[in-house]
Amino acid sequence: MKRRDFIKIGSAAALAAACAPKGVLKTAGEGAPAGEMAMRTNPNNGDRVSLIGFGCMRWPMIQDAAGNDIIDQEAVNEMVDYALEHGINYFDTSPAYLQGQSERAAGIALSRHPRSSYFLATKLSNFGDASTEASLQMYRDSFSELQTDYFDYYLLHAIGGGGVPVFEKRYIENGALDFLRGEKAAGRIRNLGFSFHGNQETFDYFMSLHDSDFIKWDFCQIEMNYIDWNHADGVRNVNASYLYEQLEGRGIPVIIMEPLLGGRLANVPESISRQMKEREPEWSAASWAFRFCGSYPGVLCILSGMTNMDPLVENVNTFTGFRPLDEDGLEFLERMAVQTMEYPMVNCTGCKYCMPCPWGVDIPGVFQHYNRSITEGTYAQSAAQKDYARLKRAYLVSYDRSVQSLRQADRCIGCGVCLSHCPQSIPIPRELRRIANYVEQLRQDTLE
Amino acid sequence: MLKKLRVLFALIFWLGITLLFLVFTGGLHRYLSWMAKIQLLPAVMAVNLAVIAALVLLTLLFGRIYCSVICPLGVFQDAVSHVGISGKKQPYGYRREIKWLRYGVWALFVIALIAGIHAFVAILAPYSAYGRMVQSLLQPVYIWFNNIFAHMAERAGSYAFYSKETWFRSLPVLVVSLVTLVIIVILSFRSGRTYCNSICPVGTTLSFFSRFSMFRPVIDVEKCRNCKACEHKCKAMCIDIDSHRIDYSRCVDCFNCIGECKFDALKYRFAWGRKASGNAPAEPKGADASRRAFIASGAFLAGSAVLHAQKKVDGGLASILEKQEVERDTPITPPGSLSVRDFYRRCTACQLCVAECPNNVLRPSSSLERFMQPEMGYERGFCRPECTRCSQICPSGAIRPIGREEKTQYHIGTARVNPELCISAKGESHCGKCVRMCPVGALSMVQDPETGNRRPVVAEEVCIGCGACEQYCPSRPISAIVVNGRAQHLDV
Repeated sequence: MKRRDFIKIGSAAALAAACAPKGVLKTAGEGAPAGEMAMRTNPNNGDRVSLIGFGCMRWPMIQDAAGNDIIDQEAVNEMVDYALEHGINYFDTSPAYLQGQSERAAGIALSRHPRSSYFLATKLSNFGDASTEASLQMYRDSFSELQTDYFDYYLLHAIGGGGVPVFEKRYIENGALDFLRGEKAAGRIRNLGFSFHGNQETFDYFMSLHDSDFIKWDFCQIEMNYIDWNHADGVRNVNASYLYEQLEGRGIPVIIMEPLLGGRLANVPESISRQMKEREPEWSAASWAFRFCGSYPGVLCILSGMTNMDPLVENVNTFTGFRPLDEDGLEFLERMAVQTMEYPMVNCTGCKYCMPCPWGVDIPGVFQHYNRSITEGTYAQSAAQKDYARLKRAYLVSYDRSVQSLRQADRCIGCGVCLSHCPQSIPIPRELRRIANYVEQLRQDTLE
Repeated sequence: MLKKLRVLFALIFWLGITLLFLVFTGGLHRYLSWMAKIQLLPAVMAVNLAVIAALVLLTLLFGRIYCSVICPLGVFQDAVSHVGISGKKQPYGYRREIKWLRYGVWALFVIALIAGIHAFVAILAPYSAYGRMVQSLLQPVYIWFNNIFAHMAERAGSYAFYSKETWFRSLPVLVVSLVTLVIIVILSFRSGRTYCNSICPVGTTLSFFSRFSMFRPVIDVEKCRNCKACEHKCKAMCIDIDSHRIDYSRCVDCFNCIGECKFDALKYRFAWGRKASGNAPAEPKGADASRRAFIASGAFLAGSAVLHAQKKVDGGLASILEKQEVERDTPITPPGSLSVRDFYRRCTACQLCVAECPNNVLRPSSSLERFMQPEMGYERGFCRPECTRCSQICPSGAIRPIGREEKTQYHIGTARVNPELCISAKGESHCGKCVRMCPVGALSMVQDPETGNRRPVVAEEVCIGCGACEQYCPSRPISAIVVNGRAQHLDV
């Protein structure tokens, strides 16, 4: 189905919903009547999946009596209950998330509900030890952690980084992919797919595997949002528009990750926020970003890593009676993307894969503070600028408050250990140095 | 009226100097650092002839106004004795001058000053003693309150306050400050200005001039009814009504006596050329014992060890070891000091620069020969290129005022690489952090001819000794590049 038809159907459904008595009309799945969670249908197996899915990577952490970080299970239970009650039925986790605690917490929260009431997605996250034994052990552990005997969606986690050789090491040479094929045949995996971060060449390779029937991908998870659509860095990450078109052309359902770029698109610079409000006074910046993803019919589910009830409630509202964007809206977002790119922000989503830095640098903390200062406008651009003294103080004081001085950007020695871990392919040492230089210019008043 | 004026000015000076020591943001020193610079001993050390002449002239004209208004330790004692005498009808009475003690201490002080025994000078000098107490006892409390405000400001999203790291600089100095405080409080609580008139070398110095002062309190024998109201209220205990004499060498011009006299027999007036004071033989008094304890405490404490505070680190992040203090063959003294020798000869150990240093570099020395005088260390920060705050504030000329551009002319030390600790020289990791952080480009990476690994080298003639390399070196707890002081700071 082409986008244009999709929008027509969506609008017709919305119109019909407005006329029909509440709850009577059920659409084919793409649009949603007011008051109901937007659902999509998996064309391959008919799964009715909520358009918003719950990403289990950013749950709240608290400290236990011994001072260790643990997941706040009570908060997780409350959020999961609310999500299920309001129609969210897709939950995406991994053995690697939240210092390895995400799966267990998801299992505890979800096992309180009928297994048929939700779709469960997890991954083979064999980044460290990729041996056959370790990989299979990781797979088996996921069953007990998640308290289930089948996975609805199972992913080869974050392939593409390091190119084909790393993929072959993690899934081919150790026999993991063969094994997973067998598991799918046995019914313990209902859909087998992969999540992708990498360049076009590698992606084309994965598509060629599909085309040659080496493996038929049941779905694919990609990073997509109105920035990455046409403005991925291009060197190591490919534009989402390319990925989407390739997948849609093959009829492979698309799962979206990073629709908000780790929250950055929920907190946009003031000038952009104003233009959004002028267009749709009631829409938040986050809702614009979600609507962007939801406007593409090949998208099965958009994952959002919700940390507490506030974004959860907001997202339920966005996706209840969901209205996709028209062509004008998409063009508007493209303009916003171009404007956003003019801000010198770091493309960090706060996933913390780079941590811990062996030299103690709080990498995501530094980037988050820097990005926040730019979006909030507490960022001095010139010593000659009006308000320079105030902005300088605001930046330096808030920097010390956000990141302990021994963990700030100027402590990076450039060893580069972090580089291979970053799914966004951020040149971390170079960006840290850029920020350190900026801070040094503030301290020395040499900003031009 | 005179007393009210005296109290008003005394409070202004006392508050100004105290704030100068407390406020670490550097916001006040532009307006208030002159208050430190008119203190007598710092002015003598700085060879600030204008200030010295002005203070001598002030004393020759009006007596020891200095002791009642300008000296923060004097005002502090007045405050304590004000509490001490409350409720007492006759708190004081005339006492003879303890000459052997007064002039003995003064002679020792002058000898120590010339001979360069600075610990002795710093322990006795009133401004240094006061600065030490405020810096080591009161500033931590001030910073603690500041940090509470900073915490609240953070909650409120305000940048009005920012928190400041406190660290334990020196146990000996803390204990000396505590002992000084206890002795000063006991002496002034019980017997007014005994310290100023029996021990304080500045007081004794000024007494040489005050006994000839032009204006002074004078007793009109015709009107005096010998009620001794003035004598009982004289905290310097220098009014002898029996002989109708005032010891002007000890009178600090507090003007308390003038208001006490109900018969108008006491006047502060021009009395040039009158006989100064009655000369009676001196008797040793109890102050002797406390003084001995006072000096002994300093010597005893000089040997005790320096403690370090441990800092908590977050669980989710790699732990960072605290850097250890390293032994430096030659101490590092701030840019603006001409040489190590000149710095320690002039410094009165008032701790003003220590209280001021925003980079956690300056701290009092624990070594015997430089006891309590500041030295630099780069375990918690380095001497930042844009900062010249210690040089702006130093009242004694030990650190001369310099601008930011002049700062790089002072070669206060030289960095030296220890290849056994350097992660790059050992081939463990590519680093070069020190090279990148050096603000003057004194460092570069070369290939070690023996190991083939790349290692940093120092261009000694370019290195200014600021410590950026040492502070940023990832080797912990001991940096692989360490700065040693240079004796001579300026290449002439």
